[in-house]
Amino acid sequence: MAYSEKVIDHYQNPKNVGTLDKSKTNVGTGLVGAPECGDVMRLQIEVDDATGMITDAKFKTFGCGSAIASSSLATEWLKGKSIDEALTVDNMDFVEELSLPPVKIHCSVLAEDAIKAAINDYRVKNGKEAIKFEESVVH
Amino acid sequence: MLKLPIYLDNNATTPMDPRVLEAMTPYFLEHFGNAASRNHPFGWEAEEAVDYAREQVAKLIGADPKEVIFTSGATEGDNLGIKGVFEMYASKGNHIITATTEHKAVLDTCKHLEKIGGEVTYLQVKADGLIDLAELEAAIKPTTILISIMYANNEIGTVQPIKEISAIARKHGVLLFSDATQAVGKIPVNVNKDGIDLMAFTAHKMYGPKGVGALYVRRKNPRVKVTAQMDGGGHERGMRSGTLNVPGIVGFGKACELCMLDMEEDTKRIQVLRDKLETELLKLEEAYINGSKEHRLPHVTNISFKHVEGEGLLMGFNKNIALSSGSACTSASLEPSYVLKALGLGDDLAHSSLRFGLGRFTTEEQIDYTIKAISETVLKLREMSPLWEMYKEGIDLSTIEWAAH
Repeated sequence: MAYSEKVIDHYQNPKNVGTLDKSKTNVGTGLVGAPECGDVMRLQIEVDDATGMITDAKFKTFGCGSAIASSSLATEWLKGKSIDEALTVDNMDFVEELSLPPVKIHCSVLAEDAIKAAINDYRVKNGKEAIKFEESVVH
Repeated sequence: MLKLPIYLDNNATTPMDPRVLEAMTPYFLEHFGNAASRNHPFGWEAEEAVDYAREQVAKLIGADPKEVIFTSGATEGDNLGIKGVFEMYASKGNHIITATTEHKAVLDTCKHLEKIGGEVTYLQVKADGLIDLAELEAAIKPTTILISIMYANNEIGTVQPIKEISAIARKHGVLLFSDATQAVGKIPVNVNKDGIDLMAFTAHKMYGPKGVGALYVRRKNPRVKVTAQMDGGGHERGMRSGTLNVPGIVGFGKACELCMLDMEEDTKRIQVLRDKLETELLKLEEAYINGSKEHRLPHVTNISFKHVEGEGLLMGFNKNIALSSGSACTSASLEPSYVLKALGLGDDLAHSSLRFGLGRFTTEEQIDYTIKAISETVLKLREMSPLWEMYKEGIDLSTIEWAAH
């Protein structure tokens, strides 16, 4: 199976690989997937409490090239967005941007889930309720 | 100079030896006859070439030429051997014993037979990939007609104790079929010394052409018969109808002859390279060999690199190195290799595996390049792996509640 050029580029030059200090109250961490399924994504966001803007985002991913590319792309998209804007990112945005084939759609779902999980972690840490999301269709 | 890409997937298929192609060429052009044409020189030439190839093939496995039935490949050989025995010996029983790590051509054939009245026992393997002989013997019952155990595994290279298996089969009057696709031409296989009654193998795993293989069917002690699975002109002593693939068969014969001549030297050289590759890659932390290290094909190694996903790993170098992975992230099911899982490997380790199949044309330069490329990619991906980070922090990954996907 041939990967799209964008997937290859993210795989070769991943953006924002790393770890944010999860003990900080303005850092939200989302860990999704499972080693048994061959994909684990950890996405972290750092939020400016005053403005609600995401100032930094980092990821680490165990998975195939598409999973790595999806999480790398997620960190690029999140930086500079507000939490509300971040919540509108949809898995199909990844599919389109990275030209993911049908067998790789689960990678995009995982990336969307990672964003939501990171946001919820940030909300809970700051005394807010976790947002309940509808189950994603493609799993 | 090193030419890329490097081919290290010789368990999938081997390149053809140029000497094989040379032997085949005239049989596409001037000697194009049908081996079944009895009335003119074109047919005679073709028949003579097939007879000669049959001798070459038989010699490699220590058989009589009359015991070699040409097929289209090992999948057909597996089907004909197993289904053919099932039908031919239906009055004796309907029970077949096989193992969970067999090739799909065997497993799916057995599943088919289960649907039409067959009973199949699937033996589990031990952590090293070998079957338990006591369990095999215990599984035999009065209705058992066939034991089907592969000679060597395609994913991990584990070589089964065929002699011991055949002794058990003989003792109980049960036939032994073996899918020897990965073994013939690579290690000494002798149907008489090994006590095999039926055996499937194929040319394209031993530097011959694709689309041609053979089923060995024992003619003496005991005389074995299989029911044909294809009806037609009664070729191959009625067991496999269809016009013979003369150029393919000629190539197969030549490939067998070359394996016979070169096996000892090839094996020695390839094993040194395999051992170098393995030793160097195992210098990486958390890298493990899958399957028996002792009972193994000399050109194969299967290694798991923990906390790195196999397909992601392949992507780091698959433009330059052809390999396969036990991870099946490309399939919709996301199920990793059933062979690795049968060894008791967790899904995480199964997802992290690479299969290396070296061959006659593998060079030390290629191995050096491979060691470097894979080591670099593993290190790079581990830097990117949350599992590696947790492992390094001393977190027990099995205690984490993963979000099910």
